[in-house]
Parts: sequence; structure tokens; C-alpha cells
Amino acid sequence: MNNKVKLDDLNVHFGGTHAVKEVNIDFPANSVTAIIGPSGCGKSTVLRAINRMHDMTPGAQVSGRILLDDTDIYGRGVDPVAIRRKIGMVFQKPNPFPAMSIYDNVIAGYKLNGRMRRDEADEIVESSLQRVALWDEVKDRLKSNAMELSGGQQQRLCIARTIAVRPEVILMDEPASALDPLSTLKIEELIEELKERYTIIIVTHNMQQAARVSDVTAFFYLGELIECGVTKKIFTTPDRKQTEDYITGRFG
Amino acid sequence: MSSMTSTSQPAVEQTNNMRSLPLRHAKNTLMTILMGGALLAVLFPLGLIFVHIVKMGISSISLDFFMHIPKPTGEEGGGMANGMFGSLVLIGMASLMGIPVGIFGAIYLSEYGGSRISTVIRFCADVLSGIPSIITGMVAYSLLVVPMKGFSALAGAFALALIMIPIVLRTTEEQLKMVPTSLREASLALGVPLWRTTLKVTLRSALTGVMTGILLAIARVAGETAPLLFTALGNQFWSSSLTQPIAALPLQIFSFAIAPYDDWHRLAWAGALVLVVTMFALSLTARYFGRAGHKN
Repeated sequence: MNNKVKLDDLNVHFGGTHAVKEVNIDFPANSVTAIIGPSGCGKSTVLRAINRMHDMTPGAQVSGRILLDDTDIYGRGVDPVAIRRKIGMVFQKPNPFPAMSIYDNVIAGYKLNGRMRRDEADEIVESSLQRVALWDEVKDRLKSNAMELSGGQQQRLCIARTIAVRPEVILMDEPASALDPLSTLKIEELIEELKERYTIIIVTHNMQQAARVSDVTAFFYLGELIECGVTKKIFTTPDRKQTEDYITGRFG
Repeated sequence: MSSMTSTSQPAVEQTNNMRSLPLRHAKNTLMTILMGGALLAVLFPLGLIFVHIVKMGISSISLDFFMHIPKPTGEEGGGMANGMFGSLVLIGMASLMGIPVGIFGAIYLSEYGGSRISTVIRFCADVLSGIPSIITGMVAYSLLVVPMKGFSALAGAFALALIMIPIVLRTTEEQLKMVPTSLREASLALGVPLWRTTLKVTLRSALTGVMTGILLAIARVAGETAPLLFTALGNQFWSSSLTQPIAALPLQIFSFAIAPYDDWHRLAWAGALVLVVTMFALSLTARYFGRAGHKN
């Protein structure tokens, strides 16, 4: 497997706090990598570093390199906006644009960046919604407000919005933690399908979820990468004692 | 509860409760009366002003009042059309100057500003909004009237804009801050640049609240008289030139009310009625927008 994203000595500081310490990790292309660890271990911080979301946080400082196909996304002259078009993100809480219809939410990435042709838009809306298995549920009410959808539908809409702009990598920050079990199941099935086209990195609190959806699992503790490997191995015969303790529920 | 659970001295506690009950009722009644009194104390002056102005002004409200300029002394009739038109011009120009500055300043504070400079700007805005409006007029006088060698609508609008800026700035900033970060991030994560995100997502989400702030700012300056005294000056005649003195409703009310003629007094009351009704309408519209915003 070739690597799509590579973290090279990644460090993140917030003011005086060293939140992520010397992390080296490879994310293989067209696979799902789960990042697990107890609260405050820096897993979301790592994820947000990968599409330069920390640029917006006052006092946040990222050092080291993050390579996307051998390009350092923190390199000189690299435009964070261009990076975010290639590396999409799905957030913990579904966050559709409340003032927009379902239709407009899907093509928000285009609409907010200017105008687009109508027939092109129709096609993108249909194919994106179909890929997240939402099309049949909403095709008759594309013009209604996105906030009328259920939480699970909203989250799938947000995923549709993310894939509509054709990214290469999708970051997911606990995408199912605010959802009921049935919606969670749908999101997990979706992740399984999406990895054929995209490289997926998912942060999750839920270890069963990590075991179910991911090919590779990385365990973080106190800002450090403790262990990273094939999911099956991490969950059965981890190399490190800390990993085993966490997996078996002895702390965290 | 303790009287229910305690078994040792239930009788004593019960009598204590019984004794305190009338006292509590009395306290409650007293407080309710005080609150009601406070409510009346707020409503009464407002009602008094409104009723009095309607009583004094309504008889002079006619089509003539809205269509004509004041007649020369000694002639009956006339209206304040030039004053109302002048006020519209002044408020319109002040809005053109003050609203963009206020909104862009608020965007800077809420979306871009570093913490230290933001604190300074915020402090300055608060000080500015506390400055007596007559002083704002003096500043406009020395900055515009003196160099331009004459009173002008432009100077009047500038003085009003100075009053509007801090109001628009602070209300807009508060509204922008209420927009959840998750919406900004949703947009940024789609590869939308920060400036587009700010205009099309953040400002768009805060729009109803921003409109409320703008309307309140307009309502505030619509009745301002002091800053216009030595800037717009007032005008007995029609004028739409921006470089000439222009009439304004509050100025006209002022000069008519202090004149020694009864029919001028009646016109002043009519002008006051128009002004109060306009401000009332603006406040109601602002409230309507505010409500609509809460629903979203």
C-alpha cells in the first residue's frame, strides 16, 4: 500500500501546552485509519492539523511536516484553501448550513466559492446524495431546509457536501458520536464504501467502531503516538502494554 | 420536606411552618405590588409623552404638513416637508458612511483581530458611544464646516455617522460572535477562503441581528438635534444640496417650539408626533427582525 498522508515529526503547541508530541505516522491510500485514545490525548488535534484548521486558532503552533503525496502542506507558498479542497472534513456534530436548502448544502463548496452551472449542480447533488445513501430519502424535498432532517441524515448530508467537492482525503472527527445506533451503523457502512475512492482518517471514542471500520489503528496517549498498526493486530495482540490496557478498558 | 421526614418534633415544625405562611404570603404580595409599581413607573412616562404628543400634534397633521415647507411668519398653514426630507437625506448619508464602517469594524474584531488591538478598538467604540452628541457636532464642525467654509448636509451626516458607528459596531460584533464556530469550520473545510466564509456564512447567519442593530442605530440618530445645530444648521427652504445647509425634523421642531407663535407651536407638536411614530415603528421593526433571528 502506498501512503497518501504522512506525518513527519508533528508537534502542536497551544500557547504553553504541548498537545501533540513528535508524531510520525503514515496513512495508507484508499483505506480507513482510526485514531483512538482517551479524551485529551490529542487525537482531534492531530486530525485538525491535517487540513490546517489550526491556522484559525489563535496561539496554535504546528511544527514538523505533513505530506500529502510528497507535498508538505505546511510548506512555503502552500495555500491552506487549496489544501482543504483536497482534504475534506466531517465534524463531530452535524453542521449543515442552517440558512440553506438540502440541495444548496450539497453544493455549498461550489456555491460559496462562486457560481456553477445548473445542470452540473443537479448532477453533483444527485450523485453525492446517492453515494451517502440519502438520495431516496430526500429526493422529493431537495428545496426544504437542511435543518428539517434528522441528526443522522444531517451527518450524511455533511458527508455528501464533503465528497461533492471531490477531495482526496476525508477527515472524520467522531462522526457518529452524536448519533443513535441505527444512524451510526449507516455512517459506518458508508465509511466502508467511501474508502474505495478516498483515504479516510477517523477519530473515534468508540473502540468497537474503530475495530469495525478501520484497516489501520493508531493509539494516542497524552499527545504521543503509542502504537500504530493493522487494526486486527492492535485489537488482539498489541505490542505495547498501554495499548492493551486501553483496549481492554483498564483506563481511559 | 423536613417536617415530613422528621419524626421527633413534627408538631413544632408544623406550627413553625403555619406561622411563617401568612408572613410569606404578605411578603409575596408586597413584592408583587412593588414590581407592578416599577412597571407602571416605566410605562407611565412613556404613555404620558405619547398621549400628550398625540393630543397636541394630531390636529395639525394634514396632507399639507407632509407636502409643504413652513410659511413665512404671519401666514397660516405650511408644513415640515423640507424637514422630513432633510432628515431622510441626513440619515441616508449617515447610514452610507456609518453602517459599512461599523460592520467591517465588527468583522475585523470578531473574525480577524488580534486580542490587543481588538481590546483597544472595542474600548474606543465604547468611549465614542458615550461622548455627548453635541461634542460629536463640534468635531464635525471643526473637521468639515470650518474647512468647507459653510454649514452643510454633509457635515450633519458625518456627525450622525460618528454616533452610528459604535452602535452598529458593537451590536454586529455581538451577533457575529454568536454564530457557532462549527459553521465557519464547515465552510473553511470545504476549501472556501476566510473572506468568503465571513461574508457568505458568518455574516449571512447573523444578518437578522445585524439588521436589528442597524435599525436601532437609525432610530437613535433620527431624533438627534444637538450634533446638527452647527453642522446641518437647518434650512427654511427646500434644499437637496449636500454642500448647503439642510433642514432636519428635530431642528425644525426645536426652532418652531421656541418661536413665539401659536401655529408654529402646533407645527412643532405635529413634527414631534411624526418623529415619535417613526422611531416607534423603527423599534418595532427592529424587534420583529430580532424575533425572526431567534427563530432561526
